[in-house]
Amino acid sequence: MSDPVESLAGPDMPAQDVPAQDVPALEITGLRVRFRSLDGRGPEVLAVDGIDLSVDRGRVLSLVGESGSGKSTVLLAIAGLLSGAAIIEGEVRLHGRPIMGLAERERAMARGRGIGMVFQDPGGSLNPVLSVGSQIDEVLGVHRDLHGRDARGVTEALLARVGVGDPKRRAQAFPHQLSGGLRQRAAIAAALAAGPEVILADEPTTALDATVQAQVLDLLVGLVSDEGVALVLVTHDLAVAAAVADRIAVLYAGRVVEERPAGELMDRPAHPYSSALRAAALPFSPRVAGDDARLPELPGRMAAAGGVGCAFAPRCPLATDHCRAVTPELTPYGGGRVACWRAGEIEA
Amino acid sequence: MSRSGWIGAIGLGLLVAMAVLAPVIKPGDPLDLVGRPVMPPFTDPRFPLGTDQLGRDVWAELLYGARVSLIVGIAAATGAIGIGIVVGTLAGFLGGRADSTLMRVTEAFQTVPTFLLALALLTALGSSTFNVVLAIAISSWAATSRLVRAEVLSLRQREYVDAARLAGLGPLRIAFREVLPGSLQPVIALVGVTVGAAILVESALAFLGLGDPNQISWGVMIANGRDAIRVAPSLVVIPGICLALAILSVSLIGDELATRLAPQRRRAP
Repeated sequence: MSDPVESLAGPDMPAQDVPAQDVPALEITGLRVRFRSLDGRGPEVLAVDGIDLSVDRGRVLSLVGESGSGKSTVLLAIAGLLSGAAIIEGEVRLHGRPIMGLAERERAMARGRGIGMVFQDPGGSLNPVLSVGSQIDEVLGVHRDLHGRDARGVTEALLARVGVGDPKRRAQAFPHQLSGGLRQRAAIAAALAAGPEVILADEPTTALDATVQAQVLDLLVGLVSDEGVALVLVTHDLAVAAAVADRIAVLYAGRVVEERPAGELMDRPAHPYSSALRAAALPFSPRVAGDDARLPELPGRMAAAGGVGCAFAPRCPLATDHCRAVTPELTPYGGGRVACWRAGEIEA
Repeated sequence: MSRSGWIGAIGLGLLVAMAVLAPVIKPGDPLDLVGRPVMPPFTDPRFPLGTDQLGRDVWAELLYGARVSLIVGIAAATGAIGIGIVVGTLAGFLGGRADSTLMRVTEAFQTVPTFLLALALLTALGSSTFNVVLAIAISSWAATSRLVRAEVLSLRQREYVDAARLAGLGPLRIAFREVLPGSLQPVIALVGVTVGAAILVESALAFLGLGDPNQISWGVMIANGRDAIRVAPSLVVIPGICLALAILSVSLIGDELATRLAPQRRRAP
């Protein structure tokens, strides 16, 4: 395994890119994302309302939350893939280097070099009319100045690294000739091609068969421990997050409501929303619960971001008038932070 | 392959054979005066299709005329599709003001009838085979560009375009290497129509005397034969039939390509 790992780093890395140990691989501060309405006249919509997060090398941070919590928007904002309708404030640092202030072309290069992204649908993130290998070659050409045979050699090593058997032949295949699991592996290889320090994964296993999901998660976790990359994993599945993440950040209505080490959060969630998510994720057995038992669910729906008071209050069993009037800020709690006036009172 | 596909293939094959083998079958200049004028077809084995008013061999003229039709048709269609692809890709991928501007230009070209525009251009440029190709290409790219733009608009939303953008590839590279190839399938269906139209426009221009004066073409043959239509109708009918068959063949081939490619179209997202 040591050979492909060597080639991943590449001999041409400039000295300033050698990561310092004390700086987080990825740090976002005060991230706010608003969307203009299409015609430019309607009200703006707040999607992400001031988020601070950081991930160290060799660590996994998982963003969890239900649809509309802003978890994917955070990821796309980091990757610079939001449309022109998005207004992004705040700072994103790759290894301490701020990238938001850079000129557009430099920012694109910094991101391409430092960030790899794995999408939900591997069929969608690979170009159907280009061979898998040529798509990886292309990234190598842009970021590592490798072309032709040299590029193809590294491409095959990358494919082998992500567990694609017979990489020489698979590199020539088109995406539709590969199975879903192989496609996702190839997409991960493409994300690794530039030698990124951070990998963003947006529900990377949701579109895969249950049997393949675990393999792909294993692969991602293996890359984190072997290559020392930082992984940001977005998922709505708390069980997946608990299985692979070092830390879990729970998002609700565009804010982080709880961010703590994974084990701690799963054992003793401090925020009522985390607790409700955990209840919905626990393995459910009708035999234990009785035949007429229902799956645990959380009534109501998510509030819009940016309102007055705690956004979760309308659905919260513990909410008080104080909760509805004043928005709780993130404050230290256990090994992390939580934003709740009644943190820890729900000991489930 | 369907029956109409076979008919198209055979017709196109004959056309290509005529064009390629013309110097082998009938060496020398087809414009040479070789026999008695206005001989009807099938009367003299030396001139199977007879001679025209000046005593030129109609069969030889027909063979060499096929070359002009085929070369001009294919070259002009290639040019038109090339311009259309570039304009359509840029408009669809860049969007915004560039899209609006390019589409207004496209509409300007679409509103002027192809033939009139080619006629005007050729009058200004002067007659030569190259100018005929140029005039037809410039006046018939608009349909392709609209088609490509529509495809590019739907493809540029795909995640693989996001992936390429995040990887730091430049916009032109993404547009022409990542997005364009996927948008070409419907264009292939347009090839037959475009080539057929180009052949027809070339003949019409030649009929009006705007083709290359040193080259025989089916349009020129029809124009020349027009004066003798009462005494020797075959001088008009023979090249006319060839022209119709050539255009029919090319269109049938185009249809065949379109139906063959249709089932392989990408799944909708």
